[in-house]
Parts: sequence; structure tokens; C-alpha cells
Amino acid sequence: MSRDDGAEPWHETVIRVLKENEVDLVTYIPDNVLRELIDALHADPYFTVICPAREEEAVAIVAGAYMAGRRGIVLMQTSGFATLPNALASLVVPFQIPVVMMISERGILGEFQIGQAIVCKTMRPVLQSIGIEHHTIEEHDHVPFVVDSMIRQAFATRSPAAIILSPLLTKRPRAGAAQ
Amino acid sequence: MTTISNTERGAAKVMNRTDLTQRLVARLHKDEAVVGGIGHTNWDLWASGQRPQNFYMLGSMGLAAPIALGVAVAQPDRMVFALEGDGSLLMQVGALATIATVEPANLCVIVWDNEAFHITGGQKSLTATGADIVAMARGAGLTNSTWAADEAHFESLVDEALGGTTGPRLIAARIDMTKPAGTTDRDPVKIRLNFMSGIAPPDKEG
Repeated sequence: MSRDDGAEPWHETVIRVLKENEVDLVTYIPDNVLRELIDALHADPYFTVICPAREEEAVAIVAGAYMAGRRGIVLMQTSGFATLPNALASLVVPFQIPVVMMISERGILGEFQIGQAIVCKTMRPVLQSIGIEHHTIEEHDHVPFVVDSMIRQAFATRSPAAIILSPLLTKRPRAGAAQ
Repeated sequence: MTTISNTERGAAKVMNRTDLTQRLVARLHKDEAVVGGIGHTNWDLWASGQRPQNFYMLGSMGLAAPIALGVAVAQPDRMVFALEGDGSLLMQVGALATIATVEPANLCVIVWDNEAFHITGGQKSLTATGADIVAMARGAGLTNSTWAADEAHFESLVDEALGGTTGPRLIAARIDMTKPAGTTDRDPVKIRLNFMSGIAPPDKEG
């Protein structure tokens, strides 16, 4: 847990923390910002990786797996999250199922597509209104602590969680790496 | 026993969901998991006896099969059934392709097709105007998808699924508009805890 000196790319940190928390099932809907993470997950035999047709399925697969004793995480981008309120509000939240979501944030800080910029504004109000714990990671140094503690809290409290990856983390040139 | 394996939808007998659900449950002897989709589908599952290996969905229309897929992936040695209505399945039809791709040998999706959204007033669903669930499932890659010709054929298809050796499958049954035999007690946390203890892997018990 000490390699937060900027040497490790964020997606490698995420993989390490998932393993430390025995999260070995990953469902995702493709996203360009998450591409390196997704590629690395596919390449790592530790993980079972499923890419379904839709985000609701991705959430339901992880929910079912949790009830059967296996830990998972769902990867998506902001617009995909916007398809989820019903599944979250009628399955994950009332049944108290710890579905951990990792969402790459589009729609801010240089977005070129107005639809993404608008749908992005729905994400935090939805999370707030149905009481889902969420935290946005902007700093590379925060990745190991935030991802680890969000996952641990989700499973300890049987609550869903949303880890939001800001463009400040995923797009900003790495000052630390250049030093 | 009827042994038709490629019944056309039009030739399939219109049966009764309560009866078929009871026939399914009567054949379960190895703590098989059953995920009941929204509405009348899981009400009849509830009314068939509250097995601890049953999960009753209270919302999230269309997600019974994906939930069952998650259970099947987590516990490959346990047979898992998903029960869905035609309206629910059509709402999340991409799940058929997901199941075909993941290809769990221990998953069977059962679809009750009454050509209607029964619980909301009986409005016609898209199967009333020609959508064929089995044809769609086969097209999605679930080659082992079959219309149940009659009750005996349904039972033989369930028995084949319980054999669990030939990959994921789908059984579709045409059903009538009889109301379900009970109503699920809507206590989600209790449902989850019962289900989790009912299907707990040996090393996670206690």
C-alpha cells in the first residue's frame, strides 16, 4: 500500500487493490478512459471479466454473484450510469447489496459532446437522492486509499458505492511522473 | 411423454404458470437456486413454497436472468434457474447474448409468455404481435432454446437442464391469464438473507 509515489499508473493500482480485497469478478461496459484497466483485467487470469449488453445487466450480475459468495465490481462511464437509477433504487439499495461501481467521469473539463456534458449533471444528484456513498478521485496519490477504503466500507456495511474517476486523475498530465 | 424438441410457438400448448412453477419446484432436489422475476412470476414462485434457495425480485424489471447469471458464475456447481415473463425478457433482451457468450453450463432461463403485461392491466406485449422468444434466444446464440409443447414436455426439458451438461438453455412456455396463487412478502433484506444462507457455499457458512 506504499507505492503511491506516482510510479504506478492508476489502473495498476486499481488492479492491486481489487486483488487485496478479493474482488475477482469484473463486469463492464466499454469506455475509452478505462481501456487500459479493462485490457489489463482481461489479461489477468485472477479476474473473471464479463462485458454484457447493458449497464443494468452488469450491476445485476455482480449483485447475483455477491449473494452467491463472490465479490465483484462494475465499470462504466458517466452516460452508462445514467441508465441505472431503477436497478439501483429497486434492487441494489433496498436489498442492501454491496455493488461497487467505478465510473469514469465524462462531461466535464474539456468534453466535446454536449450530450455527455448534460447527462453528466444527473450522476451526483441520482447518487445523492438514493443515498449511495460516492467519492471522486482527482489525485493520483489518493487512488490506493480511496479505492481500498470504498471497497472495504461497501462490503462491511452491505452498501453500494460509486468510485468516480475525475479527468483530473485520468486525463491530466502527470506532474508527479515528470518530476 | 412428449418428446418434441423443436416445437413451433404456435403449436405449443397454452398452460398455467402456477402449475408449471409447481412442476419445476417439485423436480428440484439439489438446492438449485431459482431467481424469480418481477410480478406474477415470483408470486407464483413464492406460492410454490418458500425455498431458501429462491430469490424474489421486487423491481428491476428484466434483471432476473442477469442476477441468475451472477449466481451461476459464482457457483458453477449449483444449477440456477431464472424465471421471467415475456415483457420482462424483452426489456432486457441483450441479456440473452450475454448468457450465450459467458456460456455457464449451470444456467436455465424459463420464460412465461402470456403475450401480456398482466399485472398492469393485461396490455398486449410484443409477443402478441409476433415476437418469438425462442427464435430471439437462438439468434442471440442460445442454441439450446425450446418451446415447451405441453406439461410433460416442460418437465422433460427441466430434467434435461438438471442434467446440466450441455451449456445454458432457455425454456419458453405459453401460459394463460390466470392470476398467481399468492403474493410475495416484500421484505428485500429478509429475501436476500434467506437466499444467501440457502445457497451459502460450504466454506462461507456460519
